[in-house]
Amino acid sequence: MARLRNYLFVLPVLLLAAIGPSVFEMFGLVQISSFATMALAVLGLAFVWGFLGVLSLGHAAFFGLGAYAYAIAVINLGESSYAVVAAIAVPALFSVLLGYFLFFGRVSDVYLGVITLCVTLVLYNFTSATADPSYHIGAAPLGGFNGITAVPPLNWPGDPEAVLEVETMCRLCLIVLAAVYAGLVVLRRSSIGRIMVAIRESELRSELLGYDVRLYKMLGFTVSAAVAGLAGALFTAVNGYVGPSAFDLNQASQFLLWVIAGGLGSLAGPVIASFAFQYLSTWLGTTGVNTDLVFGAIIMLFVLLRLRERLPALWASASRFRRPGHRVSAFTAGPRALESGE
Amino acid sequence: MDQTIVLLIAVANSVALLVLISLGLAVIFGMMRVINFAHGEFIMLGGYATVLAANHGVNLWIAMLLIAPVTVGLIGFVVERLIIRPLYGQIVTTMLATWGLSIFLIGAVTTIFGNTMLGVSAPLGNVPIGVYSVSVYQLLLIAITAVLVAACLYVLNRTRWGLIARGTVQNPAMASAIGIDPVRVYAMTFMAGAALSGLAGGLLAPLSGVIPQMGTAYIADAFVTVISGGSAMIIGTLSAAGLLGPTQAILSYATTPVIGEAALLLLAIGLLRVLPRGISGLWQGGR
Repeated sequence: MARLRNYLFVLPVLLLAAIGPSVFEMFGLVQISSFATMALAVLGLAFVWGFLGVLSLGHAAFFGLGAYAYAIAVINLGESSYAVVAAIAVPALFSVLLGYFLFFGRVSDVYLGVITLCVTLVLYNFTSATADPSYHIGAAPLGGFNGITAVPPLNWPGDPEAVLEVETMCRLCLIVLAAVYAGLVVLRRSSIGRIMVAIRESELRSELLGYDVRLYKMLGFTVSAAVAGLAGALFTAVNGYVGPSAFDLNQASQFLLWVIAGGLGSLAGPVIASFAFQYLSTWLGTTGVNTDLVFGAIIMLFVLLRLRERLPALWASASRFRRPGHRVSAFTAGPRALESGE
Repeated sequence: MDQTIVLLIAVANSVALLVLISLGLAVIFGMMRVINFAHGEFIMLGGYATVLAANHGVNLWIAMLLIAPVTVGLIGFVVERLIIRPLYGQIVTTMLATWGLSIFLIGAVTTIFGNTMLGVSAPLGNVPIGVYSVSVYQLLLIAITAVLVAACLYVLNRTRWGLIARGTVQNPAMASAIGIDPVRVYAMTFMAGAALSGLAGGLLAPLSGVIPQMGTAYIADAFVTVISGGSAMIIGTLSAAGLLGPTQAILSYATTPVIGEAALLLLAIGLLRVLPRGISGLWQGGR
């Protein structure tokens, strides 16, 4: 029974998938699909930061790479199944490459954050500078600042004509969200996941016990990148568009905010926070208030007032494996790691 | 021949720009172990201070060299009080809080001044080198950066204030035991770093114009330079810029600026794989 409780969060998501299409209008369904893909992306970060203590500030890079990989592949292949595979594989391979340099170079946590962020910024600058028609991969022009438009949506595997309808797409996004959530819970409860949490708690102790910390960190990093890539593919399929904004700083900061607000070490919290803040962001867009101003202030407040330590108590019972002391120690692991590294 | 000279100037300019945009960040990170994500926005605010002052009839040189650093220094004072001090010692938390500040400042400036580019024209005109022409202001920028680096080294190593600052960083408890208030030293250091960033923004404003998002164009380069430099803040930053700048300039010249910037990042990541503690690790040994 206690084991099943860890998967409880899957139920409301699946419930939404079941009744959503009969309750909401078309616009609402597209919005829910879009929110769900972002929530899926943040699961990757919640996993690698919350369970492994690896703060990747450049989570948006993997999301964007997945989004671009899907768009380019689906335009060239005319069929979405392999495009989704490509959208998972490209960021995963990229994360292995980057992870090799960062983890095997034993770069400290803080440097890791800054480097991953810089990678995101360079990808942003690169994709923004590809406006010239000579920048194209196969039939897909990269489109510079305007991005790739009119990206075909998902279709049933093997049948390019059978495009998924809005209702089905919404269900699919929510089911994938629930499935990845459950998958990450399984991973967390496996022996690999236990070692990851041990590494978060004390890198040195785990290493002295004979675990290759670098390898586990790279594994977690790659899992998070693959999840973000899948999310990027679904996001592009829902919206029919991908642009450099997938890589921009605001996008990167949103992922972090959702994890901080939802509670570091929780998976359900960041998903709920992502829905709440995306709704807030959409609503702010209609009021004419500058969203940067509001979200900048929200991030500062959450960090400074440490609301993240109080808010998660609301759903502390939902995920049994998060204990209060651990969240704090993971959050401050950076300075200690840097200090001891010197 | 002329082409070589122009290319050499471009290389020197690229190094100088990297040093200029990194100096404020390097001082704050090197002295306080604070990663200031709002560094780009400090540069942006320096740029705005310069452009607004110049457009209101203030002499451009006073606007660049005086108003920009003083304004941003004062903003730095407030920021240190409200955000940096409560989180001191928590690098990751500070980093996230200053990221929030960065987004907030972009939003605030956009709300006040609008999302349009403001500018002042670069002074001093051009000087011909063969068939090419080089902006005198860019040459002056190289000279100013050199003076700035020399001044920083002098202040840190040769003055009483520099001695107090370095002593406090090495051993805050001992410093307070002999009557120095570490909190005040940190506040002054942060202000100094912010002022340097503001000065950089002021000096860059005539070249690039100012928009609220301009900070993001600089922070990647500044972070990469400071991190590759390692713990010896001024010399480390200088040597990192000396390595990364030419790479960027030559590749930008041969291909496109985007590839130049990507090369800068790749080189820095490769460098950190070999020297995880930055270039300073080379001569600081296994401390």
